[in-house]
Amino acid sequence: MKERNDDFVNRRKHLKDLSDKELKDYFYQLADRLVDPLVKQGYESTSKSIERSILLRMGFSSIESKKIVDMLGEHDLLRKGAGHCVYRLAKEKKLDIRSSGIALGNGEYIEFIKEVLTK
Amino acid sequence: MKLKPNEKLDIRHILDDLENYRPEKRGWTWRKAQPINLGGFEYKQASPSLDKFVPLQAANYLGGIDPQPDAVITAEIASGRFEDDIRRMRMAAYHGADHIMVIRTAGQSHFDGLLEGTPQGVGGIPITRKQLRAQRKALDYIEEEVGRPINYHSYVSGVAGPEIAVLFTEEGVNGAHQDPQYNILYRNINMIRSFVDAAESKKVMAYANIAQIDGAHNANATARDAWKVMPELLVQHAINSVFSEKTGIKPENICLSSVPPAAPPSPDLKLNLPYAVALREFFDKYKIRAQMNTKYMDSSTREATVTHVLNLMISRLTSADIQSTITPDEGRNVPWHIYNIEALDTTKQAMIGMDDLLSMVDIKNEGYIYDKKREIQERAILMMEEIIELGGYYEAVEAGMFVDSGEYPERNGDGISREINGGIGAGSVIRRDKNYMAPVTAHFGYNNVKQYGSEFVDNPAKLIDGCTFEKPEMIQFIDELDESDNVYLRLDESEKYRNSNLVKPEVEWLGDGVVTVDLFFPISRKVAKEAAIEAGKRMNLTDIEVIHSEVLHPSEGSRVQIKGRVNFDIDVSKLTIPKELDTLSEDEIFDYVKKHPIKVVAGTGGNDEHSVGIREVLDIKHGGVEKYGIKYTYLGTSVPIDKFVDAAIEMDADVIMMSTIISHDDVHYKNMRKLHDYAVEKGVRDKLILIAGGTQVTPEIAMKNKIDQGFGRGTTGRHIASFIVDKHKEMIRRAR
Repeated sequence: MKERNDDFVNRRKHLKDLSDKELKDYFYQLADRLVDPLVKQGYESTSKSIERSILLRMGFSSIESKKIVDMLGEHDLLRKGAGHCVYRLAKEKKLDIRSSGIALGNGEYIEFIKEVLTK
Repeated sequence: MKLKPNEKLDIRHILDDLENYRPEKRGWTWRKAQPINLGGFEYKQASPSLDKFVPLQAANYLGGIDPQPDAVITAEIASGRFEDDIRRMRMAAYHGADHIMVIRTAGQSHFDGLLEGTPQGVGGIPITRKQLRAQRKALDYIEEEVGRPINYHSYVSGVAGPEIAVLFTEEGVNGAHQDPQYNILYRNINMIRSFVDAAESKKVMAYANIAQIDGAHNANATARDAWKVMPELLVQHAINSVFSEKTGIKPENICLSSVPPAAPPSPDLKLNLPYAVALREFFDKYKIRAQMNTKYMDSSTREATVTHVLNLMISRLTSADIQSTITPDEGRNVPWHIYNIEALDTTKQAMIGMDDLLSMVDIKNEGYIYDKKREIQERAILMMEEIIELGGYYEAVEAGMFVDSGEYPERNGDGISREINGGIGAGSVIRRDKNYMAPVTAHFGYNNVKQYGSEFVDNPAKLIDGCTFEKPEMIQFIDELDESDNVYLRLDESEKYRNSNLVKPEVEWLGDGVVTVDLFFPISRKVAKEAAIEAGKRMNLTDIEVIHSEVLHPSEGSRVQIKGRVNFDIDVSKLTIPKELDTLSEDEIFDYVKKHPIKVVAGTGGNDEHSVGIREVLDIKHGGVEKYGIKYTYLGTSVPIDKFVDAAIEMDADVIMMSTIISHDDVHYKNMRKLHDYAVEKGVRDKLILIAGGTQVTPEIAMKNKIDQGFGRGTTGRHIASFIVDKHKEMIRRAR
């Protein structure tokens, strides 16, 4: 930011008559306004790390999770959820969850799952 | 495995069968804060005592008590080798730590994924499943040994935050740093990615009841004038705390990391106290993790300790739910064992010493402190208004609004600026589609589970019959990935110091051989430093470095501390270990003397005018035998030997205590023998306990010369009183 002298005395004019409680309430109103868009973005988005964390919870190792997420990412499937792809493939092909994930990590059934989840 | 105080913790046992080890519990544990009575004192801000502990030194005079403060106390332990850190954790637990924080190795926050195995770290340890599990397993044993739960803690940050949060949940980690602002400002990780990942991380941490510590304190470690960022600190705390609550963390698990920003020679309390009040007033529904100042630390451990005690005073004048400790050597090296323990003892000592301070003093709600507190709060609010005006948090960071060295609204134009679409992981965030789904527990955000049946909406993991959070047996354990860098190789290297008679001095790693030498030279500092290095060489040290120096006077003298390595081992089986004198408990001595009044005659024998030693073991003022109710008559110095016995008969005494110094012609031996012979001659030998003492006296010399016991250097009144009581009991038994 550009250099600026301390103009606190002028800036605070609208705050100086607030009670301590009013000041605190206002502080949290501003905090809500700052944070709400960040929360909304988190709600609507995902990342490779989030998807890997989901695969870890589904019983894959860190190495397997990375392989699966990288493969699905290459094929623009992370927007469906990596865990979703693994789950759906297992369901469609009657595989257990681990075999399904390992297969996707090896690049198998990619076109199949893409079609199932994007139709 | 049950740990015993006199047995070392077996690191190889910890590593055995680790793939099947499950942590004993999840989530954070606070201390049971409650008033306690201990050693006749009442403590208000306290918690129950430990089963096993090492008390403060002054406890020697207070019945060995070890009152524990109410706050959880942290030790940060990370030497780069987790196996050595485990030993330090056990030492720390004995000194009152119940929060063990593990620093990550340099660079881990930029690693896209999880690390595995047990490679050695730099300035911390690589956080891997195996290292976490080994340390948690060790802490499960240690907490049982000391009788209090121990919280284990590391960092959920970097570009792999969500994975680390899952790992921590699975491995029973109880506390974690999590603050996306830290990623952005200090690790240059993309801001959008940081917040998106943080939402998931926080949701997982909330599920596991992991206590969260934020990263705001880093601003005052970074800014040029730390105290000027106080308004911004409130803003940073607010952003992370409110974001955390909105992603699921309970307020009581949200801990604000707060460091008193200033340190002497600035007017410490005048700057720090209003800030501490402003913070606690605004954030009263959250917890305070009080950290000690690091910003102004240099190589003086003494100076750091005084600053830290002032920080502890702030904690006691306001509040601290977690009191962190900074080792006083952190300004000069990666913390050593001894300084971790010093920091813990400093904390325990100061917090117990300032117990219930606020029942005696009030913080004013007017004048300087009120005005200053209010000013900090208003400045913070003005900063938030401008952030919103600029378009929001991301835009404000891009504009360089954070960590500016001006006190807001003053700006010096030197803030940290990050591009919204820049940094590590830029462009890596993906928008979830309408049918996006994740069949696991504790997933944050949009999750279209309903497409597979509304019965799964409240429990998405049911789709796969549970995930690792419900079924830990699903966790995939990876052992070692690197054959040339792992714990087994390091253990083999230092094996000759494990379970053997060999020892070497150590500061952080087994057998590291590092020692410090503290020197004074009557010359200038510049020359003294070189003289110190030369002294180290002549002491046969290698890798010599000056770690501290200070001027006592520009020409009259300088102090220099050096460290260096020794290259010898000591075989402890070849050492002569003096037998320790048995002591009875103070209460036992008191009770016995009450029931069996004991009288002593005492003095220095022969031609000996040295009376200091004997006064110390006689007088109540010095903790001498008088303290236990034993009555004594002091005959003076240079007392003729026969006079001791005559006086004892006359006064009906039970004990003669004769002090003697080493002298020519073995006079002191002869005097001991003479004392015995004269008592025999008078027919009172079996009614009298004869004691000889002095710096050169040993039990062997005394007994060889027919004296009942001899006491040398380091003797206290309690040693002598214990002996008198035991001997008196024996005489009564024999008389029957």
